[in-house]
Amino acid sequence: MDRLDKESRTHALLAMVKIRLAEEEIQNLFMANLVRGTTHLAIGQEACSAGVALALSKGDTVTCSYRGHGHALALGMSLRSLMAEMMGKESGACKGRGGSMHMTDKSIGLLGANAIVGAQLPIALGAALTAQVRRTGAIAATFFGDGAANIGLCHESMNMASVWKLPVIFICENNLYGEYSHIRETTPIDDIADRAGAYAMPGVIVDGQDVEAVHAATVSAAERARNGQGPSLLELKTYRYGGHSRSDTAPYRKPGELAQWQERDPIDILAARMYSDGELDPEEFLEIKEAIAGEVFDAVEWAKAEPFPSPQSLEDYVYAAS
Amino acid sequence: MPTMTYRQAVTEAIAAEMRRDDAVVFFGEDVAKAGGVFKVTPGIYEEFGPVRVRDTPISEQAIVGTALGAAITGLRPVAELMFADFIPVAMDQIVNQVAKYRFMSGGQFTVPLTIRASQGAGGGFGTQHSQCAESWLMNFPGLKVVAPSSPADMYGLLRAAIRDDDPVIVLEHKSLYNLVGEVDLEAAPEELGQAAVARAGEDITLVATQQMLQRALATAEKLADEGIKPEVIDLRSLAPLDGATILRSVRKTSRLIIVEEAPRLGGWGANVAALVADEGLFYLDAPIKRVNMENALIAYSPALEDEIIPNAQRIEGAVRQLLS
Repeated sequence: MDRLDKESRTHALLAMVKIRLAEEEIQNLFMANLVRGTTHLAIGQEACSAGVALALSKGDTVTCSYRGHGHALALGMSLRSLMAEMMGKESGACKGRGGSMHMTDKSIGLLGANAIVGAQLPIALGAALTAQVRRTGAIAATFFGDGAANIGLCHESMNMASVWKLPVIFICENNLYGEYSHIRETTPIDDIADRAGAYAMPGVIVDGQDVEAVHAATVSAAERARNGQGPSLLELKTYRYGGHSRSDTAPYRKPGELAQWQERDPIDILAARMYSDGELDPEEFLEIKEAIAGEVFDAVEWAKAEPFPSPQSLEDYVYAAS
Repeated sequence: MPTMTYRQAVTEAIAAEMRRDDAVVFFGEDVAKAGGVFKVTPGIYEEFGPVRVRDTPISEQAIVGTALGAAITGLRPVAELMFADFIPVAMDQIVNQVAKYRFMSGGQFTVPLTIRASQGAGGGFGTQHSQCAESWLMNFPGLKVVAPSSPADMYGLLRAAIRDDDPVIVLEHKSLYNLVGEVDLEAAPEELGQAAVARAGEDITLVATQQMLQRALATAEKLADEGIKPEVIDLRSLAPLDGATILRSVRKTSRLIIVEEAPRLGGWGANVAALVADEGLFYLDAPIKRVNMENALIAYSPALEDEIIPNAQRIEGAVRQLLS
């Protein structure tokens, strides 16, 4: 039922590998001091962004959290645009004004990654309101973590989206940790999806490591939204292999927990299925990975050589006239 | 030219822009079917219908965030936050999202968003429903903040705010809702960021907004009988701040009093004083004087509420002190 055709599977596989390799490289760039501040990697969670992106249509919009490189790449942001933004260059997605936590690309429907936990949710409501008022048929998806599920604005947004029957999909990537704290220490329930009932919307638990399951759940929620039936809450059960941010080595995790999740790696799961269905062989997969590694290398080298914004442009984009 | 109240000028401005541009939508708590808790927006829902005019849940953060999302995707929302004291409830959305959205995307979006709220003391609403918000909002590049003081300015500035491609916070003073004045409904919108000379004079400059402007004008009228001619500047816009109009006046009068319905520390008047100290120090014949709320909070009891708001006596006293 959830099975994608070979073309879509290949698309999802490429997206996930691209996210994985790009994020590994971003970590290296940090170590080399080419990337400043902090960054939040989604290694291990690639099926969430890739599966949702595959289910969206042109004109749909997305907001997401600061763990947003994966969403940007899955939606089609170019590696060069991403890497240049990571390095604060003028040719970056946000002309170097945003950085790791604010990846934004209007041309692919990415209305912005957000550095304030949960602040991206109502922005998706607004995009959905535009779609509803203008009758465009578009929907808005908003990604957030299990941590954001405990932000008051999450409640406000789900409630108002449901009252107005806005075409929104709330996508909670439950990776078990809000910053350094396990969900059991901060949240009295295991399943965020349980909260959907309070907003009279469907709450669906999805295997977030299975890109085909993520895709199928998103297709259902999108159909419901486009039909005027209002929002849905998808809870994608997933795991981040790294810590919360750059400096976090995640010593708070139970021994063996990471290895257990790595056994259900989203890229491996899809590749194994494609092997067994005769859609991919290990040699082809290796070639795919090498080709993407080459693209990542190219993007990084290109971005390194790009110029920073000129100091004279400091006041640009503060107001509309500039 | 028709006369109307400040309250009606709000209604007329929103209706005019909604008729002119179908991208304008309007929502907030009790603004649609009830016509607003201050009866500021009656008839808007009836004229424009439930798609463009909506009552919201009591969810200030979601109201502002939704308005932002709509603004960056093609609508031109007017969001109401009822009492300006509720602005802090939505402060993250206003400060970290609305103000920064264009900038942090590298100019990919404009944010044509208007946020309206009702502010000010004098109505016996107590300490959490009586504050003025402009000083809180001036420290965020990306925002524009206006405080109209007359029906004509309300009509002109609110329409300008709605047409503006940047986020504008329009603060309405509760005590002015029944103020009557002439309004040219066919006039072009005002330009944002411009102060106005509300009363020309030559002896001393009084800078004020809204309720304090009314009191400054009353003081000027009274002093005119004695031959003292204060010039009264209606600031109108807090961000941008119109330094040129203030400096032009101080150059003429050589004396400056700033009257603000705000606590002294961090009040907007400090910015006006700093501006004049920086760029107009040698115009001055006397120190700059500020008439503020004291370092106390707005009480419910009328005896205390009346005491904290700068009144005509205090303004007059400051003028006499500076002219002596």
